[in-house]
Amino acid sequence: MTDVTQLYAEYAACLDDGRLDDWPKLFTQDCHYRIVPRENHERGLPLAAVDLVGRDMLLDRVYGAISTLFHAPYYQRHIIGPVRITDDGPLDIGAEANYLVIRTKRDQPSEVFNAGRYVDRIVRTPDGLRFRSKLCIFDSELIPNSIIYPI
Amino acid sequence: MDDAKIWQHAGSSRIPARVYTDPDVYQRELDRIFYGRHWSYVGLEIELAGPGSFKRTQIGERSVIMIRNGEGEINVLENRCAHRGMRFCQEKAGTVKTLVCPYHQWTYNHDGKLLGVPFKNGVKGQGGMPARFSLSDRGLTTLRVARRNGVVFATFDASTEPFEEFVGRDVLRYFDRTFDGRELVLHGYSRQRIPGNWKLMMENIKDPYHPGLLHTWFVNYGLWRADNKSELVMDARGRHACMISRRSEAIDGEVTKGVTSFRANMKLHDASLLDIVHEPWWGAPTVCMTTIFPSVILQQQVNSLSTRQIIPVGPDKFDFVWTHFGFADDPPEMLARRMRQANLFGPAGLVSADDGEVIEMSQQGVTQDPEFSTLCELGGAGVENSDHMVTETLIRGMYRYWREVMGL
Repeated sequence: MTDVTQLYAEYAACLDDGRLDDWPKLFTQDCHYRIVPRENHERGLPLAAVDLVGRDMLLDRVYGAISTLFHAPYYQRHIIGPVRITDDGPLDIGAEANYLVIRTKRDQPSEVFNAGRYVDRIVRTPDGLRFRSKLCIFDSELIPNSIIYPI
Repeated sequence: MDDAKIWQHAGSSRIPARVYTDPDVYQRELDRIFYGRHWSYVGLEIELAGPGSFKRTQIGERSVIMIRNGEGEINVLENRCAHRGMRFCQEKAGTVKTLVCPYHQWTYNHDGKLLGVPFKNGVKGQGGMPARFSLSDRGLTTLRVARRNGVVFATFDASTEPFEEFVGRDVLRYFDRTFDGRELVLHGYSRQRIPGNWKLMMENIKDPYHPGLLHTWFVNYGLWRADNKSELVMDARGRHACMISRRSEAIDGEVTKGVTSFRANMKLHDASLLDIVHEPWWGAPTVCMTTIFPSVILQQQVNSLSTRQIIPVGPDKFDFVWTHFGFADDPPEMLARRMRQANLFGPAGLVSADDGEVIEMSQQGVTQDPEFSTLCELGGAGVENSDHMVTETLIRGMYRYWREVMGL
């Protein structure tokens, strides 16, 4: 459990510190990362806001966010609630946690940017725990303009 | 509002800041454009299943319900009880036997007809509605509906010309290129609120100048670049338009020279993000972006298909609702491909997320000084179709029409 908590803490720290290059390192090579509106998720619709299969696509997303997408810069602050282990099997761990992402743009007050929950599969690797899949299901009905960085 | 003060330049190539910021201009837009003689997008027929299946959406700031009746017809009804004005429908979608306003249980059928009113004849001889009250006078506002090959539009105005005439033959041809009557499949929604005037979104998709400059992915992968073979087509009045282009994979040095978004060393770790497969219905073009004024953009960007609905929320912001779809006969790998390419488009899209960002910054800029005018004179000051992209003619076309309908 402490290892799992540590993984989430690392995850938040790397995004909130702006160390996007470290973000893919928290995933397995065959990972799946999705950011999905709750509406699509609950209606069984396949569209995601971000849908990345494999760590290589995560690397492309990071490059895209840093080097190709013009955007007003912002800080992120992830507040992740207590992690709930949904199953702890021999091969992997199921875990869920609520999250809140606060966005702070230059010269602006902080604002709630995205609220939702993570539904994750975590595996033990020689390098420690890694996400095999991470599903970010967000309640927020309207994205405040755009999502540039990972949630 | 002092009409003479709003637009002081001749023509439509210099757009005054007030056009994006003035609350009186905005109110007139709602009245004359969104509630006037225009067809507004409400949805796709596949969003409705059987009888009583509905979807709530908006035309301008008015909430409407698209609903299927027992005969399979589609009605668009205003979401406002005829009694006390309540916006009674709060769910986004669902299926109902009748439409009931919970406040006093006034009940309407799928055609918007008022079926019943509790205590209409009073209770124990007391109260009740006056004798002259008639259920048939008190239905929901019923909009005129146009359906074309699975896409649903509606208008508040009884005198709006037929949909096909409204769109015009030339733009309709490209509408039918995607929507040719094949069965569609709903893939899902993305919703964003963009802090900018709604017309800036229309301008963005009437502006073939920016994609090859702002959007690195378009430049690098030839999806939209100044050297691509392309065509810009408008309806006769200049309000609707198509930007049609053909991808070129070879890079011409002239169009990337000095383009700061070009990344000569960019190499994808996973090329499947751009696993583009030509579909027979495309013909030669690989992209067609259609603006149906004032409410929707129809997107075909390689294998990614969507409608993008514009819902204004005051002069300085709008909601942008993306409905992604495919075709019923898509094999599973095409569905997977469309979903993968959705990474490029949408509020988090690797290509298009920055469109929302630049619109926000444009709004900030035009709000700074009401006397400022934006400049739209690439390719001259006139309005004409074009066989190249180095022109802002489509934006000028829209504002020529806008001035006409707004009387400004």
